[in-house]
Amino acid sequence: MKRAVITVVGKDSVGIIASICTYLADRGINILDISQTIVDGYFNMMMVIDATSIDDQFASVSKDIKKLGRQLGMDIHCQKEEIFESMHRI
Amino acid sequence: MINLFEVSETNHMIESENLDVRTITLGISLIDCISDSLDRLCDNIQNKIVKLGHDLVCVGDKIEAEFGFPVVNKRVSITPASIIGASACRKPSDYVRIAKTLDKAATEIGVNFIGGYSALVSKDMTAGEEMFIRSIPEALASTERVCASVVAGSSKTGINMDIVRMMGDVIRETAELTKDQDSIGCAKLVVLCNAPDDNPFMAGAFLGVTEGDSVINVGVSGPGVVRHALTKAHGKDFRELCDVIKKTAFKITRIGQLAAARASAELNIPFGIVDLSLAPTPAVGDSIADILQEMGLESAGAPGTTAALAMLNDQVKKGGVMAASNVGGLSGAFIPVSEDHSMIQAAEAGNITIEKLEAMTCVCSVGLDMIAVPGDLPSTSIAGIIADEMAIGMVNGKTTAVRIIPVIGKKVGDFAHFGGLLGDAPVMPVNRCDCSEFVDRGGRIPAPIHSFRN
Repeated sequence: MKRAVITVVGKDSVGIIASICTYLADRGINILDISQTIVDGYFNMMMVIDATSIDDQFASVSKDIKKLGRQLGMDIHCQKEEIFESMHRI
Repeated sequence: MINLFEVSETNHMIESENLDVRTITLGISLIDCISDSLDRLCDNIQNKIVKLGHDLVCVGDKIEAEFGFPVVNKRVSITPASIIGASACRKPSDYVRIAKTLDKAATEIGVNFIGGYSALVSKDMTAGEEMFIRSIPEALASTERVCASVVAGSSKTGINMDIVRMMGDVIRETAELTKDQDSIGCAKLVVLCNAPDDNPFMAGAFLGVTEGDSVINVGVSGPGVVRHALTKAHGKDFRELCDVIKKTAFKITRIGQLAAARASAELNIPFGIVDLSLAPTPAVGDSIADILQEMGLESAGAPGTTAALAMLNDQVKKGGVMAASNVGGLSGAFIPVSEDHSMIQAAEAGNITIEKLEAMTCVCSVGLDMIAVPGDLPSTSIAGIIADEMAIGMVNGKTTAVRIIPVIGKKVGDFAHFGGLLGDAPVMPVNRCDCSEFVDRGGRIPAPIHSFRN
């Protein structure tokens, strides 16, 4: 399975998770794990998704998700999991 | 599984601390392009570079989109042009045609620099290599993306002082021919001692003759990440300071290894090395001098600077070496003046001098880099500066280099503006005592006694 990590950072508001989940559900992308914290009113969320089915068009999905972030006024990134594995796991 | 803290740490490095992959450099051997016809040679060069390199930029962009870190530069290095052109070139302008071909090929595939307009003449030169060196000013003045280098010494061969003297003239001539742009041609010309065959960084990159047909070499960077990590080590002793640098260097290098492996797989070209260098850019926060300040120096150039840089250089290597499967290139901390915001400030304030920078080059990864000097500096003084730097490299068994820009029409206190990654540089004062009798002697300075280790 190829996994990717979606991170969301920004001011907390209603419907952030709903918007992202809707986008993912529309494309048949399964969510494997979600964790979040709110620090000083700032929403910080990490979502691990199964990216196997979008491997060919990863760059365009990543761009779409970034765009969705701009609409929501949040900073959203979608990155392949290897970058974090490489840096933090030996 | 990866946790939120680790993900945030990585993304903070990218977004706030300028973590990036500085360059993915595709090395291309042009040995099989050699011909005794200049037309055929140029066609072969153009075809091979475009064939192997046409996907390089889009693969770099793809890696950027997939992992979220910037891949700042995509570049090409080639077999030294003096070797490739030896059969076909009869006069310096023939070599200039090769330079123009390289520039055209680089433009076509979209890379910002192509390195390897080079000659390896650390012991002696052929008639063709002399012609090649004479062609450098015209080649740099008539191209935009070509980088030139001349290897004038090594720990095994000693220093070729004929070349060193000649390079004084070549650098001055290059400065004159590009004086409309603050002598920018000299920012793309470097004289090296002990040059590695697999350096991915410009302007000294070339693909050595010991290399294969093509190779991917990657240079990582992240001075801002190291500086930020050091904010947590205030008041701590050197053991802890070293530990912080090593751990950070490890993390930075893992990104380089990932990018290298990915680019290699996508392009179907073997992975060569990761260069563990900390390379600054003119952007605020992306500075080596800032790291030195974070360690406790008021400014780069203060007493203690050489010790701080020596420690930084060594810890970067120790941390990075385990993070990459193959390490090579220059690997260390670069100290270019014009490309480092805080180094520029230190030079402007007179806190750092060429003499101090020279001392720092004994312990950093390369040498006197991107230093602007007055436009009326005689070529003999330039040769003297090069000779000093070559001697440091030769005796200490390390790579050293000189990339110096006599800015025509400017004097101490003026500013040279190169733009982009090359940055801006204050024109620095140089010792004006004459060295012409020394550098005009001709011949070779022999290799030091400790080089005979066979």
